[in-house]
Amino acid sequence: MAMTRENLINIILAVLLLAAPLAANAFGQPFYVTLATRIVILALAATGLNLALGLGGLVSFGHAAFFGIGGYAAGILATHGFSGDPLLFGFSGTNQMLVIWLVAMVVAGLVGLLIGAISLRTSGVYFIMITLAFAQMVYYFAISWPAYGGEDGLSILVRNQFPGVNTMRPLGFFLICYAVLMAVLGLFVLIRGSRFGSALQAARQNEVRVATVGIAPFRIRLTAFAISAAITGLAGALFADLNRFVSPSMLSWHMSGELIVLIILGGAGRLFGPLAGATLFVIIEYVLGGLTERWQFFLGLILLGTVLFARGGLLGLFAGKAKHG
Amino acid sequence: MKKLVSAATLALSMSVSGLAFAEPVKIGLITTLSGGGAGLGVDTRDGFMLAIKQAGNSEIEVVTEDDGQKPELAVQIADKMIQSDQVDILTGIVWSNLLMAVAPSAVAQGKLYVSTNAAPAALAGANCNPLYFNAAYQNDNLHEAMGEYANKDYKKVFIMAPNYPAGKDSLTGFKRYYKGELASEVYTQVGQTDYAAEIAQIRASGADGVFAFLPGGMGIAFLKQYAQSGVEIPVMGPGFSFSQDVLPAIGDAALGAKASGQWAPDFDTDVSKKFLADFQAEYGRLPSIYAVQAYDAAQLILSAAAKADVKDTEAFRAELLKADIKSPRGDFKFNTNQHPIQDIYLTEVVKQADGMLTNKTVEKIFDDHGDAYAKDCKM
Amino acid sequence: MTVALALEQLLNGLQLGVMLFLMAAGLTLIFGVMGLINLAHGSLYMVGAFACATVAAATGSFWIGLVASLACAAAAGAIIELLVIRRLYDRDHLDQVLATFALILIFSEGTRWLFGSFPLYLDIPPLLQGAVALPGGAQYPVYRLAIIAAGALVAFGLYLLIGKTRLGMRIRAGESDREMIGALGVDIRTLYTVVFALGAALAGLAGAMVGALQSVQVGMGEPVLILAFVVIVIGGIGSIKGALLGALLVGVVDTMGRLLLPQLFGLFVPPSQAGMIGAAAASMLIYVMMALILAVKPRGLFPAAHM
Repeated sequence: MAMTRENLINIILAVLLLAAPLAANAFGQPFYVTLATRIVILALAATGLNLALGLGGLVSFGHAAFFGIGGYAAGILATHGFSGDPLLFGFSGTNQMLVIWLVAMVVAGLVGLLIGAISLRTSGVYFIMITLAFAQMVYYFAISWPAYGGEDGLSILVRNQFPGVNTMRPLGFFLICYAVLMAVLGLFVLIRGSRFGSALQAARQNEVRVATVGIAPFRIRLTAFAISAAITGLAGALFADLNRFVSPSMLSWHMSGELIVLIILGGAGRLFGPLAGATLFVIIEYVLGGLTERWQFFLGLILLGTVLFARGGLLGLFAGKAKHG
Repeated sequence: MKKLVSAATLALSMSVSGLAFAEPVKIGLITTLSGGGAGLGVDTRDGFMLAIKQAGNSEIEVVTEDDGQKPELAVQIADKMIQSDQVDILTGIVWSNLLMAVAPSAVAQGKLYVSTNAAPAALAGANCNPLYFNAAYQNDNLHEAMGEYANKDYKKVFIMAPNYPAGKDSLTGFKRYYKGELASEVYTQVGQTDYAAEIAQIRASGADGVFAFLPGGMGIAFLKQYAQSGVEIPVMGPGFSFSQDVLPAIGDAALGAKASGQWAPDFDTDVSKKFLADFQAEYGRLPSIYAVQAYDAAQLILSAAAKADVKDTEAFRAELLKADIKSPRGDFKFNTNQHPIQDIYLTEVVKQADGMLTNKTVEKIFDDHGDAYAKDCKM
Repeated sequence: MTVALALEQLLNGLQLGVMLFLMAAGLTLIFGVMGLINLAHGSLYMVGAFACATVAAATGSFWIGLVASLACAAAAGAIIELLVIRRLYDRDHLDQVLATFALILIFSEGTRWLFGSFPLYLDIPPLLQGAVALPGGAQYPVYRLAIIAAGALVAFGLYLLIGKTRLGMRIRAGESDREMIGALGVDIRTLYTVVFALGAALAGLAGAMVGALQSVQVGMGEPVLILAFVVIVIGGIGSIKGALLGALLVGVVDTMGRLLLPQLFGLFVPPSQAGMIGAAAASMLIYVMMALILAVKPRGLFPAAHM
């Protein structure tokens, strides 16, 4: 891989994101570690969406559904693990992150497969709206289903376990999330460079041409959508552990909107777009939120400015026009 | 002069206990100041700060932050307050779902939590915690009171609440005391704004009374539509449905509605009158029940801080538990699960001489009322 | 279930449908003519309600408030079209979603800034207070009947406007071929502003009328917005006829679902549980319906000609 300007910026970003929490921890400011963890997890969720949206051109306005499903998978498994009540086939939950991640990804991926199978029959605005509608369906289900807290949500009293790491310490949990994000970014690079990734990007640019060379765009997109859902589900499970709490607000359409915002803020389709976007978003939220109760007003202005005047997002500003696509 | 007196009191209390105000107390107030529910949070903050201001104690510091009614944001702020601001006590959350996100992990980290409103059953029974106090009530209380009241005047009641945990607790609480027949039990959507379908059911049900727990905008919408429907069956509800933050928006449609509450602006006690006058002087509006609850939460913290060092958690919570305050509500003490034991009244919405709608006290429903979960709490 | 209850619920469904139509007509018109997806449509609904409540409180007349709501929403629509929206026409849907999402944040927080956090008061005008008797013995609120009538009037007006006037001809031309109307010498920029303001005014009207029934508060537009999207997707995006039928379908199905589903579950489980499960199912019902319709007809029931 040649050292392009974008790669250089990516590396700087990755190093900074690791160094800042280490420094904060050393100076006894654990809250900034928590803030960095939030950035990393949101970036992970948006990276999942970036696979569908950035590479495949599938503007999903319902990825909060997968984020929330991942979160609930973690919450439900941990609750049963804590109480010992059997969940399914005598399996009574667990507090092991690795198992929880697997379940979260499988469940979110399967739901993604189901939603994708119907939604991908449509395109354009219809696709945006039908994904939104499916997410609303899951949202209302979560609110009105009483077993796991309904609108009150579900508390995880003790953060789940990871072999060899004290997850209750902010830094330990941050390092786990950071490693997961880096692994998923690696996977993103692999997918993007693979034949599957090329076909996915080609289907975005010219559906007819792809179909004529004998590749079915539907199946490629469906696969991408399911993988994308699984990654966002994994992020949801981590988010649940970060907050030690899951609630339907993880499933709300604002969350779906925020995930898209992260990608666009950073730069759509770019490897580090979601990370750059999440960093910017959390910093804006934290700094503006500290300055004024009206921070959402200014967040709106910033977003609007980005869409209208800085189309490549943050990375576009610094690294020039994207090469892909 | 005032300063001098408080300095003198300080010296006196220090010489008595040897501890008082040894350490400054830092309080984290997390409440909803933006979004649809901001009205309740603003009243919570103002009520709390009124008590702090009246105490005039420079050793008490309050950090206020807006949770936007979002659980994740509330958790993030709580983390920041605990890890970065190093507060001693958290308080202020309005909503049960946000409280469930914040309080269990806050007390697990050794911080005190004094709730100004939200009081889910989950924290009142078997999962009660020595570090968690509730200065408001237990979620079921006001509904229980309406169930008790309904026994007197009604034979067949139509009951209705949003389909979420507080809604289910509400109807459970009502049914715990109501002995008559139920016309129907209906769960509406959370955030629902059109109640035409439910009103049609009420009309068709043959009920002689309607009990509705619909807080905030839901209640406003329901009552306005109900008033236009031509259905004459009387409506009652817990105090939240007719509290001062929503009454102006409901308008005359609320007139005559019966509700339950631990306080109403017409309470004829010196403490209540003074609170009312002070609040109106400070903020230029009538306080709601949320303001009273927050005012009392602040008073509780102040009363404990006057006698114990907040770093000595055990001593501090022992002082909190004594509830040595003068509440606008009247009698106030803590139950074994650290939720209030208090009187609950029947109120009626009336119009004041100046045209403003408010709640008037009718009669006492419960004397020294606790809650149904205290027996499961082993501390 | 008695006939009276069934009739009453049908009217309720119709009234909800009419409200949704006012929202959906603007959305679908804007999409049909300009190809723009506007998430901020719910904010214009809110602007209408706040304008009506404020002016009605100041003048004591709901009717002046209603006029103000039309004027304010149309003006707000024209302003955002001139400042923001017109830069988005040649962008992809993603940019449109994002920019109008940003507008929601600005509108909501801006409104709270101006009006505070407490809900505003807006009452039904004295002329439309009270209820009338229906055949079968039930009473029905006059105001809701008035809403149904107003909605029917607007639908008829839109039909005339689009079918019979010069503006309507241009709108139809814009829907079928965007380049063409430029060639015909029509000032597209003005046309777009007018169409956007028209859509905004309809949303504002809906907001003002519903504001008198509900509470006028920040964020009131969002649930309606999502329902309106469901409506236009079911009806076929860009089709006014589809919006009308989709709105009535959603209105009636949602209302009937909330009545019937709890009773249906009541046949199998105890009443208190049936209430909860039924309410849960009812809240998902229209989304299920939408998924089913799109699974069979991916472009809605009445797909518009182009796209």
